[in-house]
Amino acid sequence: MTQILDLLADVMSRYGLITAFAIVGITVWVSYQLSARLTRGKLHGSAIAIMLGLLAAYVGGVVTGGSRGIADLEVLAGIGLMGGGMLRDFAIIATAFGVDTRELARAGAAGVISLFTGVFVSFAIGATVAYAFGYTDPVSMTTIGGGAATYIVGPVTGAAIGASSDVIALSIAAGLIKSMLVMAGTPFVAPFIGLNNPRSAMIYGGLMGTTSGVAGGLAATDERLVPYGAMTATFYTGLGALLGPSVIFLFIRAIMG
Amino acid sequence: MVIYGVALLAGCMLVGAFIGELIGLLIGIDANVGGVGISMLLLILVAAKGRASGRLRPISATGITFWSGIYIPIVVAMAASQNVVAAVRGGTAAVVAGVLAVVVSCALVPLLSRIGGERPPPLPDPDVEQGV
Repeated sequence: MTQILDLLADVMSRYGLITAFAIVGITVWVSYQLSARLTRGKLHGSAIAIMLGLLAAYVGGVVTGGSRGIADLEVLAGIGLMGGGMLRDFAIIATAFGVDTRELARAGAAGVISLFTGVFVSFAIGATVAYAFGYTDPVSMTTIGGGAATYIVGPVTGAAIGASSDVIALSIAAGLIKSMLVMAGTPFVAPFIGLNNPRSAMIYGGLMGTTSGVAGGLAATDERLVPYGAMTATFYTGLGALLGPSVIFLFIRAIMG
Repeated sequence: MVIYGVALLAGCMLVGAFIGELIGLLIGIDANVGGVGISMLLLILVAAKGRASGRLRPISATGITFWSGIYIPIVVAMAASQNVVAAVRGGTAAVVAGVLAVVVSCALVPLLSRIGGERPPPLPDPDVEQGV
């Protein structure tokens, strides 16, 4: 019996990406069944699937102690490839096929404004929270502010201005919380903030900035909004990494004396 | 041929990623700046031209629409490979910073939506179940 199981595990890890297609397919199917039967379609099937994914990632992290969720289980390593940056970005770009260019042009200005607003507001909030928790030096405040932007802006900023490793770890954790909250929470807040048209989706992407969060959150809300939100969100991390260690750090240092 | 669509998509991604890296290099940060967004704009432009001239046949376009359709499953796989444990164990400061950033940014969406005139109407209800 163990021999059979070993054989099965062997096949699953050797055909990693194919295993991922099968497992994710089953997960999506189960999620759509749950959506239809338990919530009468009120909670989108993809929203449930994403939450199941996050739950699986938590379990995987606890069981293996690794950093890549369920993909750290050897038999499910293919999920890491399927959900990794390369295929994710490839699929995000593909969603642009069929985008309404007039909407894009009309929302352009609002998108740019939302990007700058999003970066500054997130830094301000992160830095304030850092201060409240006793991290009162400008380097730590800026780094944790970067984490409140995205989990990439935080460490990039921290490394540039010489933050300590525990502060950098804290900034990554803040960014991860944000990303996961956006992923799972977007469908719930969407009706209250008018997130149902291309322009508000672009603004949402610019304000939130976490590409993975926005990509997941909009998919769970309305698939057709994805390209608009992803378009602005993809500029956010770059902008944050540019402004964080420079303008924003100097500003925070000036205020703190 | 289906591969033409896939190759077009791949080409747009590579060019966009290259430009994004180049912008990062030029402004002196070690990050790809807007590569995905640039790729998306490229795809929109090239695909519009291709369809108008008839060079991008419907069968070739399926090479793009397939990847667009497989997007949600990929996002599910992405969710399943996140470092959720690190996020949960990050401590109170991390949770408060992350949550507040999301809440305040959310509150700003309706405000910024006023830029550029009246709020646009919502997308029409899809009559068919969305392809997953």
